Amino acid sequence: MMPVNPRGTWTLFQREIRRFLKVKMQTIFTPALTAILYLVIFRYAMGERQVPGMQIDYFTFLVPGLAMMAMMQNAFANTSSSMMMGKVMGMQIYLLMAPLSSIEVVAAFLAAAVVRAVVVATVFLAVLYPFVDLQLLHPGIILLYGVAASIIMGGLGLIGGMWAKDFDNIAMITNFVIMPLTFLSGVFYSVKQLPEIWQQFNYANPFFYLTDGFRYGFLGIGDTDPFASISIVIGSVVVTVLGCWYLWQTGWRMKE
Amino acid sequence: MSALEINGLTKTYANGKTALNNVTLTVPQGSFFALLGPNGAGKSTLINMLADIVRSTSGEVKFFGRNLFAEREECKRRMGVVPQEIAFDPFFTPREVLRFTSGLFGCKPDEAWIDELLERLELTQHQAKNTRQLSGGMRRRLLVAQALVHRPELVILDEPTAGVDVELRKRLWTFMRELNEKGITILLTTHYLDEAEELCDHVAIIDQGNLLTARPMQEMMSDIASSHLWLNYGREIQLTADDQQALAGFEPRGHDDGVCLKLGQLEGGKTTFHDAYQAAVGRFGPPIDAGVRSEDLEDVFLRLTAKQSKDQER
Repeated sequence: MMPVNPRGTWTLFQREIRRFLKVKMQTIFTPALTAILYLVIFRYAMGERQVPGMQIDYFTFLVPGLAMMAMMQNAFANTSSSMMMGKVMGMQIYLLMAPLSSIEVVAAFLAAAVVRAVVVATVFLAVLYPFVDLQLLHPGIILLYGVAASIIMGGLGLIGGMWAKDFDNIAMITNFVIMPLTFLSGVFYSVKQLPEIWQQFNYANPFFYLTDGFRYGFLGIGDTDPFASISIVIGSVVVTVLGCWYLWQTGWRMKE
Repeated sequence: MSALEINGLTKTYANGKTALNNVTLTVPQGSFFALLGPNGAGKSTLINMLADIVRSTSGEVKFFGRNLFAEREECKRRMGVVPQEIAFDPFFTPREVLRFTSGLFGCKPDEAWIDELLERLELTQHQAKNTRQLSGGMRRRLLVAQALVHRPELVILDEPTAGVDVELRKRLWTFMRELNEKGITILLTTHYLDEAEELCDHVAIIDQGNLLTARPMQEMMSDIASSHLWLNYGREIQLTADDQQALAGFEPRGHDDGVCLKLGQLEGGKTTFHDAYQAAVGRFGPPIDAGVRSEDLEDVFLRLTAKQSKDQER
């Protein structure tokens, strides 16, 4: 259905932004701090060691990956926690009763997830900027991969929030699906360092292409050709958005 | 034009339970309509279907002449619903919640109207508090404000006064009556039947998913509600078969202090009072005391729903 309520869509988007800004210590600064702690630990654990076959020190290699991991996890958390909070507090019915089409609801949620992800990554990169030799070699690639990852993860959070009946369900998805897939997406390593079987596993993990492409945008190096991966990334975005739209349209696990 | 024309609306849940069975009902535009029924009768299911929270199994609804199910977004803009369960957004203040609700319904927040709603619902002094700090009654009043903030033409109130104290309840009803006088149609469910009788000009009673009656309040009270002659003999009267036969035309009931006879209507607005009194005196002698009591909405409600239960048992 064509959008008919732009003010409603904008309001929902604003509400989602205001929601995470109300608890910014938890939603912005804590994820940024966590990523920085990872970085400090790896910095001292790995020293000046170079990433095999990449002519780059480990510290510089880690920064874009950790920024991407923070973006993905926060985009997921933004939509999934909002949906769950709505369910627990009974506020979800106001979304169902509002004159918003499915595509408007999905667009507002995903746009807010992108904003949170970008804010977290920006804070993280701004803090580290003085300590790392980081350049924006391909800003278009950075933007494309960053936004795409946020949409995909925001969409998965939305679907997870629709599916979950309680916070335990969401914790299960976060800890047993999202966390392993993001940790094993090449954030901490180059895929060429891995045994063959684990390389295949990485190539089957869509999050790997997001991390690798995002890193390429900063460093100009990666395990895959980011231009060749664009179709995978855009395909994943389309599938996720269509999935969200369809499930919201059918009222999956929300309407009896 | 009718505000709502519900035609053959049915809801059968996945477990096979039919919560609403082929309900056909018209809510006139501008009416104050009471939708009554015992717990689990299907009232909330009906309201939730109108609000797009529950899907219908079959049937159709015209909302101010539009097909509600086919033109959802357009109809939703003109409808405000107070849900039965208390819902609140723990991140925001009442004023923020009202602004967001306005926006979600496609309206630019009208601060003067928000001020008035906060004032009339006695939330002004709590407008800057987080909703977590509000009491249950305050949260329920905030739900009423949320249903009104986009100036809907039909307001659906699903037990809006549960947990609200008597004084506030009266002021809330005064406000609702004012809105109704301005032309807003109000569909109300409540367990306070005396208030429904006083406020509403139309009434429908549903039980176990079936519509038992739907008509103007006055018409129902004059057609269905009956008067009873209560005769006090200062002792319990247990009616024999002969008593039952002799008083059959008055549906006699024995009670702790005497006997009760139903009065019929005669032409010219008269009742069968005289005949009933004479018949009772003929069976039991002169009573110590006697009086006539008319059924109120609660009596009619209990009689109709009890009959429905008996019919279902058969």
